[in-house]
Amino acid sequence: MDNIPTAHFLILAAALLAIGMALVLVKKNAIMVLMGIELMLNAANINLVAFSRQDAHQLQGQLMAMFVLVVAAAEASIALAMVIKVFYHFKTLDLDELSELKG
Amino acid sequence: MNNLLFLLLSSVSIISALLVIFSKNPVYSVLFLVLTFFTLAGHFAIFLGAEFLAIVNIIVYAGAIMVLFLFVIMLLNLNKESEPTTPMLSKISAIVAGGLFLLVLFAALTNQINAPEALNSKAGDIGMVKKLGQVLFTEYLLPFEISSVLFLSAMVGAVMLGKKDLKQG
Repeated sequence: MDNIPTAHFLILAAALLAIGMALVLVKKNAIMVLMGIELMLNAANINLVAFSRQDAHQLQGQLMAMFVLVVAAAEASIALAMVIKVFYHFKTLDLDELSELKG
Repeated sequence: MNNLLFLLLSSVSIISALLVIFSKNPVYSVLFLVLTFFTLAGHFAIFLGAEFLAIVNIIVYAGAIMVLFLFVIMLLNLNKESEPTTPMLSKISAIVAGGLFLLVLFAALTNQINAPEALNSKAGDIGMVKKLGQVLFTEYLLPFEISSVLFLSAMVGAVMLGKKDLKQG
């Protein structure tokens, strides 16, 4: 079942990465921006797994995709804890208003 | 038949990813993102021979991370149409930027169309647990252990951040 060329997966991943970047840019809600980052990580995962077909012995791509998953899970938990903290402190999640660090 | 299935699955994933952007309610965005992750897991399992990764993708992304997002959205009571309206200019410029980014990626990938094909796509069990586990626990043992430390530190950090007030202990 796997005779789809690698290039097709690269194009799919490129589209998803662009959509994720647009999500990061368009939305003002911090949670939405985090979701855009998750989408971009997953788009990178497609590339890794698609390239992993070239390397059936070591499976380096799939292993790397798994470590990406691990990092994404850790990142999401920390980021959401920070989001809750920020919301209780500033009463908003609008990223344009959270400009305390701006000089 | 195979190409048709690929096309169907890819279009579902791209359309649902677009709907993540265009839906106003954050809860619907999360649900569409879950749909996107399901279709990506379908890609892994059906076309890429990575069955274990597909299952893990569903469990971790759709099952854990997205539920966490949904939980936070519900907790902070953002599940109404409370999206602050983005100015039209920044919306348009973000769409233009995303489109240009896609264009650049396409231009970079057009040389890749004639890439060498997968070497042994015959082996049906490349992505199964046995092979993956053998590689993971021999050559990638150190990164595996380090990722457990990463998880421990993430857990400690999340608990510390989530406490109501640090001063009261």
